[in-house]
Amino acid sequence: MDRVYNALKEIVGERFVSNQQEELYLYSRDPGTMDPVWPDYVVMPASTEEVQKIVMLANQEKIPLVPQGGGLVLSGLTIPLKGGILVDMKRMNRIIEVNKNSRYVIVEAGCSHGLLQSYLNQNYPDLRHSLPDSPPISTVGGNVCIHGSGHLSQVYGFHSDMVNGMEVVLPTGEICKIGSCSTSPYWFARAPLPDLAGLFLGWFGTTGIMTKISLKLYPHKRMKDVMLFLTENPEYISDIIYKVTDTEVAEDITISCAPKPDWMDGFQLTSIAIVGRNKAELDFKFRTIRSALASYIDSREGGFMYMPPAMKHNFTEVPLRSTARFADVKKGGGFEYVGAIMPVDKFPDAYRAGHEIAQRCETTYSLSARIIGRAHCMMFSCAYAFNRADKADVDRAKQALHETNKAVLELGGIPWKAEFPAQQLILERMDPNTLRLMEQVRKLMDPNGIMNPGNWEVK
Amino acid sequence: MQYADIVHRCFRCGYCNFTSDFQDFNCPTYNKYRMLSYSPGGRMWLINAWLNKELQWSEHFADIMYSCATCNNCVEECVQNKFNSYLSEIFIAARGEMVEQGLVPPTVRDYLKNIQLSGNPYRAPAEDRGKWSEGSGLTRFQNDEYLYYVGCVGSYDERGQKMALALGKLLIKAGLSVGILGSDEKCDGNEVRVLGESMLFEELARQNTDQFAQLGVKKVISLSPHAFNVMKKYYPDYGAGFDTLHYTQVLWELIKLKKLNPGQLEIRVTYHDPCYLGRHNGEYRAPRKVLQSIPGLSLVEMRRNRKDSFCCGGGGGNFFTDILGSGPDSPAAVRVKEAVATGAEVLAVACPNCAKMFEDAIKVEGLEDRLQVRDIAELVLESLKD
Ligand SMILES: Cc1cc2nc3c(=O)[nH]c(=O)nc-3n(C[C@H](O)[C@H](O)[C@H](O)COP(=O)(O)OP(=O)(O)OC[C@H]3O[C@@H](n4cnc5c(N)ncnc54)[C@H](O)[C@@H]3O)c2cc1C
Ligand code: SF4
Ligand code: SF4
Repeated sequence: MDRVYNALKEIVGERFVSNQQEELYLYSRDPGTMDPVWPDYVVMPASTEEVQKIVMLANQEKIPLVPQGGGLVLSGLTIPLKGGILVDMKRMNRIIEVNKNSRYVIVEAGCSHGLLQSYLNQNYPDLRHSLPDSPPISTVGGNVCIHGSGHLSQVYGFHSDMVNGMEVVLPTGEICKIGSCSTSPYWFARAPLPDLAGLFLGWFGTTGIMTKISLKLYPHKRMKDVMLFLTENPEYISDIIYKVTDTEVAEDITISCAPKPDWMDGFQLTSIAIVGRNKAELDFKFRTIRSALASYIDSREGGFMYMPPAMKHNFTEVPLRSTARFADVKKGGGFEYVGAIMPVDKFPDAYRAGHEIAQRCETTYSLSARIIGRAHCMMFSCAYAFNRADKADVDRAKQALHETNKAVLELGGIPWKAEFPAQQLILERMDPNTLRLMEQVRKLMDPNGIMNPGNWEVK
Repeated sequence: MQYADIVHRCFRCGYCNFTSDFQDFNCPTYNKYRMLSYSPGGRMWLINAWLNKELQWSEHFADIMYSCATCNNCVEECVQNKFNSYLSEIFIAARGEMVEQGLVPPTVRDYLKNIQLSGNPYRAPAEDRGKWSEGSGLTRFQNDEYLYYVGCVGSYDERGQKMALALGKLLIKAGLSVGILGSDEKCDGNEVRVLGESMLFEELARQNTDQFAQLGVKKVISLSPHAFNVMKKYYPDYGAGFDTLHYTQVLWELIKLKKLNPGQLEIRVTYHDPCYLGRHNGEYRAPRKVLQSIPGLSLVEMRRNRKDSFCCGGGGGNFFTDILGSGPDSPAAVRVKEAVATGAEVLAVACPNCAKMFEDAIKVEGLEDRLQVRDIAELVLESLKD
């Protein structure tokens, strides 16, 4: 009998481990374009202690471990590049504590964004967390692990900036607390201690498995509206964003550009969310933003678009279901995007590059950007839908993604949640001392090289 | 396979696992097993892989497919509005392929055999089919306004029989012109259809429609939402020319017409929407209206209700095949705990399968002191006692 399988069964119980082809097949691939690699086992732990035992076993057997949350990163980061044990974290989805007055929540890392959103709505209607537009099964752990961003990122930064602290199972099996919770019963901040969270955030699960996370919560003003500003010149965007963020009254700001519907071709649609406790607050914000953009309106270089209230739901719902619908554009169940983190004033260059690449790769352009921080940077995305059933079409999307990654780096941006080939492009350009530091950190933390191997590694 | 051109279009985004507000996993199999394979998207990808020959058939594959309760939560929640309405039909089509190739799990095979041999899943004699009606005052259908169709569970299962009888008594009390088929009643075929045996289903559908036509049936009252579903939606393809109603719709009409005047019943009740009445046929109102018409009865909702209702686990043939299984994490066990959490002392149902699933779960969970399962007809009848 299979020793590893039996050991895993002992840890989590028979129902939550598999080495059967059906589970191995599904966990060998994600909805993006990366080629599948089969894991040897899939396991679903329910507690930190179970995660710890799995990590110890992997060290003993020198077998890779790949943590997975929602598995929705799209860029293959949970594809087990070197096989091994796929650790599906979604049974660890408990909401452990909400500290209302200090505005934080402690969740297990496999807690889905959907569950947390719903729980807060029901139990703490004055509080919310920043949601990505990823489908609701995406997890808090997976999202902060890749420096995700979402509906409050324009105001408060990346989701990884919203982490107060965490509990992690280190690659060697120790359970370790990071942030104030390492020293105090409260999980309120990473300061004033040395910031060890950086050892895990952005590392794609190569430095340990997060098991608990304290996330910042924010006031939830329940009235919401969206202002849609239309321009036909990408050169204006960074100034528009500067002006709108300068008002400090806007919430999520996104820009989208697509050739459909037909009238949208060539336009940039800036969507500016505003929230308020009452109508007066919303009106005030509306007026403030309008006057900030008055020069564009007066010169007829831009204008607000009227949207019937019924249609506004398509812009105000969180998460936006329409983002997932993009996968059916080619009736083929797939899309992937390069999300580039870059300065906002690179918008026009990125816009042009996005168009050129789409044309070259014989696909339609679908560009969007989300502003992060008060225009400190943006996540600029070029999305490519593909037909999963047509290999040539998948390859075309792959090629477009690769070219986009290269173009992004040329422009001074950095591909976000980079797939394996894009990681190689990043690592090639990285300051050699930074790269060496990363390697040393990895070696020190993970002497057996078991954690999501292949990722963030020079080939 | 029918729908083979759609299967690859699933993005595996997972919206379909949830309720509409994401508060819970609402696919009963995913909620129990938690592996991707048991989610609607997982099934779509596995079917695609099987059709493409990337995967070989296995017993495990068949179990995954047959554990689906055809509850339609995925149909309701999948964001891909160009194909979401086909989801559970796709799972049924995959089962159909397995039936054709002789690759179904043993309990499915046995169920289908029993229907073939005895006309019911219990292998019980046809003569016993109408025995439940003894003492009800119901007579054979003879040019009545309504045919009361009871179905296999209502006819043969002890729990189902109690429901069948309660409803029969109510219909008589209301003075309705109604008759039954007794030993001539045949299986409606809903479960046969969803288990993928389309040929046998066609035969049953034809037999029933022919028989109803010969008898001049114009309106059918169905005890089970399963029969209601199949007669309403699929029998017209076989020439059915009658209307089908679920019994809660009829009770609500009779109450409105004051032909039934429910009496006082001081109880706190929560209601479980059966999948084949709710999500499959959009009837959420009539059962609630009936309950609310009982003076003294207070109706409290479970967290998951109406289109977010959580399946009892008995759909898709699982009531008979038990592939989704029982035990502490079974859908029925989860659901009865949810009912207890409302503070209700009665879990009201409108389906004999749900009644049985929940009663068993209450026993397994040791909740007999806290929760009772009562069918809506039983509650109305009880309220009329004095
Ligand atoms: C339609 C759509 C829209 C999207 N919109 C957004 C958006 O608006 N904002 C955004 O940020 N993203 C977005 N995404 C990308 C992605 O889905 C999200 O970032 C998502 O939150 C990732 O979380 P996950 O749980 O799916 O991560 P996974 O894909 O499971 O994992 C991501 C990485 O984290 C690692 N990991 C997962 N859990 C752990 C853990 N507990 N410990 C250590 N490592 C772990 C994995 O190994 C992997 O490297 C979108 C995706 C889609 C499909
Ligand atoms: S069935 Fe629909 S909602 Fe479910 S994973 Fe597939 S595309 Fe997403
Ligand atoms: S029909 Fe119900 S049980 Fe079947 S896959 Fe869909 S949600 Fe799950």
